Amino acid sequence: MTLETNSKQILETVISKGSSAGADIVEVFIESTDSVSLLAENDIVTSVSPSFGVGAGIRVFKGAKDGFVSTNDLSPTGLDEALIKALGMLGLSTNEQNTDKFNGLEQLRDYTLNKNKWIDLIPDLEETREILLTGTKFLDVYGKKISVRRSSYSRILQEVIVAASDGTYAKDIRLNQSFGLNVLASDADKRASIGRRYGTSSSPTTLKEWDAESSAQEICESAGKMLYADYVEAGQMPVILANKFGGVIFHEACGHLLETTQLERGTSPFSDQIDKQIANTAVTAIDEGVTEGAFGSISIDDEGMEPVKTKLIENGILKNFISDRAGEIRTGHKRTGSGRRQGHNFAAASRMRNTYIAAGEYSPEDLIESTNNGLYCKSMGGGSVGPTGQFNFSVEEGYLIKNGKLTNPVKGATLIGEAKEVLPRISMCANDLDLAAGFCGSISGNINVTVGQPHIKVESITIGGR
Amino acid sequence: MNNTDMPYGNDSTKMQVMYDQIKSIANNESILKWDVGASTSIDTSVQVDKGEAKQLKGSQRQALTIRVWNKKGLIGITNTSDFTKDGLKKALLGAQKASEFGNKNETPEFSPLCKEEIDELNRPLSINGDIQDLFNSLKIAESDLLDRHEDIKAIPYNGIAESLSERFYFNCESAFRYTKISQSSIYLYAMAQQENRKPRSAGSVRISNCFDDLDINGCINEAAEKTIAHLNYQNISTDKYLVCFTPEAFLDLIGAFSTMFNARSVLDGVSISKKESIGKQIAVPFLSIFDNGLHPSNIGACPFDGEGTPTKKICLLRNGILENFLHSEATARSFGVLPTGHAGIGAKVSVGPDWLDVRGDNNSPQNKESLSYKDSTRDFVLIEGLNALHAGVKPSQGSFSLPFDGWIVRNGEKISIEAATIAGDINQVLNSIIKVEAEQIITTQGISPHIWVEDLKITGEA
Repeated sequence: MTLETNSKQILETVISKGSSAGADIVEVFIESTDSVSLLAENDIVTSVSPSFGVGAGIRVFKGAKDGFVSTNDLSPTGLDEALIKALGMLGLSTNEQNTDKFNGLEQLRDYTLNKNKWIDLIPDLEETREILLTGTKFLDVYGKKISVRRSSYSRILQEVIVAASDGTYAKDIRLNQSFGLNVLASDADKRASIGRRYGTSSSPTTLKEWDAESSAQEICESAGKMLYADYVEAGQMPVILANKFGGVIFHEACGHLLETTQLERGTSPFSDQIDKQIANTAVTAIDEGVTEGAFGSISIDDEGMEPVKTKLIENGILKNFISDRAGEIRTGHKRTGSGRRQGHNFAAASRMRNTYIAAGEYSPEDLIESTNNGLYCKSMGGGSVGPTGQFNFSVEEGYLIKNGKLTNPVKGATLIGEAKEVLPRISMCANDLDLAAGFCGSISGNINVTVGQPHIKVESITIGGR
Repeated sequence: MNNTDMPYGNDSTKMQVMYDQIKSIANNESILKWDVGASTSIDTSVQVDKGEAKQLKGSQRQALTIRVWNKKGLIGITNTSDFTKDGLKKALLGAQKASEFGNKNETPEFSPLCKEEIDELNRPLSINGDIQDLFNSLKIAESDLLDRHEDIKAIPYNGIAESLSERFYFNCESAFRYTKISQSSIYLYAMAQQENRKPRSAGSVRISNCFDDLDINGCINEAAEKTIAHLNYQNISTDKYLVCFTPEAFLDLIGAFSTMFNARSVLDGVSISKKESIGKQIAVPFLSIFDNGLHPSNIGACPFDGEGTPTKKICLLRNGILENFLHSEATARSFGVLPTGHAGIGAKVSVGPDWLDVRGDNNSPQNKESLSYKDSTRDFVLIEGLNALHAGVKPSQGSFSLPFDGWIVRNGEKISIEAATIAGDINQVLNSIIKVEAEQIITTQGISPHIWVEDLKITGEA
């Protein structure tokens, strides 16, 4: 990694210049990244792709407006040019000599301690290759009718410095690793694809500890069942969503509507619902960045603030929103350490970290036994949410529930609804909360997050099918 | 203003400097074979909120991929945004190290066409350069759109942007490719709501090669028209329907299943097509599909691909028969054909379409249904746009289940559909087409007429 803390003077010069020009807030984000991804297909590693880069993002606020400029040029001249452009966007000029309210950067908050050795603990390319090939080998061992076997790994080591005119001065190293297995099973004209992805942050040895064999077993079992599954009948019915990645629905359908970015746009139906009942009393939901090793955990956000554990919904009542610096300025909701961005090319925005529905009192079996005729969603595919809260999610692995028991596997199901209408219908939460890693794409780019929930029951939801 | 200078030198001189630096480093490190693909851009964008600038954004971006072939002939790559001499050296050495893990079974080579003559695009090259102009234009557009109807409450998603970008490719055997394009765009996504009714939203996008040609009024008109029209909505019953895809929607669907035309996907076993599918009838005989990246309306056209192969028009489907796949150098070698100009750059090279051109055969006796989206007497569902393609399409299986924006059309009257999904199989769609209309309409992603398909399952949200 390349960033030096002796850049303090350069940063102070940039910030002071912006402040003197009349900016209310000047923020500089500098990053250096060192990444690699590998793909193994069947029994060969077909792609090894290292990448590295440096860059800075300079953001200037004047009132509720902000100007943001990014550059790959980290020289004092490059930063100065970026600042001048950002100021110019707001009609400010370095020729103006206003009172400089900037009192200098605070003492460096250094979150990199003990993280510099991570690079030596991460498996090297040779070891990573062997682990991935072990994964595809297990898919061959446990799979039947498997025509494509894939395993993949991605690692991003990111070093950041955040400095701002409110004195913020912090440095951190982030390590995010994700890996997984995918298969395509086929028999005559029938096909089924199943995948699982895992991810951690700040856990350099995570890949070495991965139990690829049990992952392969689970995926092959699912693929075997889904290969011969019938298409689901479209209609309305109760749905039980499995734990872990089932939480993606809450993330997409509700979590995004609780980001101050959505409040600023006026697209959240929950903007005036603080302390009001928006969900069933069974629902308590949390967004935090502190669970050790979780994919969405962070020591500081991309605005230099430590993450706050934020209770979003408590027993169905809306308690808090997810806020960043701009969100606090524009909506008044206090920052929650949720200002996040993919990299220096993006201005930070209010984004989720580890977001989950809290555990309830039932067992997963209680939920299934309480359902006469419904759908069990064991594994979710991707999904999306529209600008006014309409969501849709594909079900990767589903089973019909008949008279309180799981029966036939079904494919082709899509869950459709609106957060505002579905949240009150979550009637039961099981006691098996678990988390899963994912990537979230939104206004400030793709970021690593965690979704999660226990098994939950939704009394009625529209299922798109054939 | 018409400033088209780039920040770190200009035009192909920069490429020559970089070429000399890499050549020198490669010689010192005894790296004999290498190539480079790179891009740089300057981007400016604005968003507004009720007349106020919300975020003004500028960026200078650069990215480069170096590929190195080691002495065993294996390939390794590295990507970097650091164009300094040290950065280039680090990238070259990183690629050399990665080549130790190269795939022995498939090694890309230089494209046999990377020194072929390419056509000049001769597109307008101009950017406005003044962010205040962009802001003022967007502010006026927002205000105009808000004034179009009392129920249009906000334009929550909006933006105007322009960029000037360069793309280049060169290799150690003196292949050189360079191009530079400018692009301007505007999008307006409005939200409208009537009392005791659900909020409705719709939008529009326009792109052009230069700001002066940007059809801002067209964007406002389309966004207003769509948003207002969607205010009158109702549920749709779950059933099978006669469906008419707008050009945008059909191109989205074909684009999502473009792995059926993709030789890389065929070789990887993740396409619904097979090597022997060439020459087979896979669609109705009055449908043809081309890929034509050089079409004058393709604003983002590039005259060469990631391997330096010239971009060219290629027929994928002629009269329902699969005629060609899209190729990189490696897939073309495997199929015994020439690369088609659709490659990226990498150790394993990706392949993808540029700009699809869908057309029908109006002389075909099978294309005889008297259907027109403008004045059909039959009841049908008009699919205006498909959503969540990344989640609802399974390209390796051929199935899809997608939410859409659209209309129930009864006796010529259009009523917006509240919320619904459409599900099916791409093979079924291609073989259930009953009409390909004559008029091709240009969109931001290709050109296509309206396409009519029978018996597609639609699920309405109750």
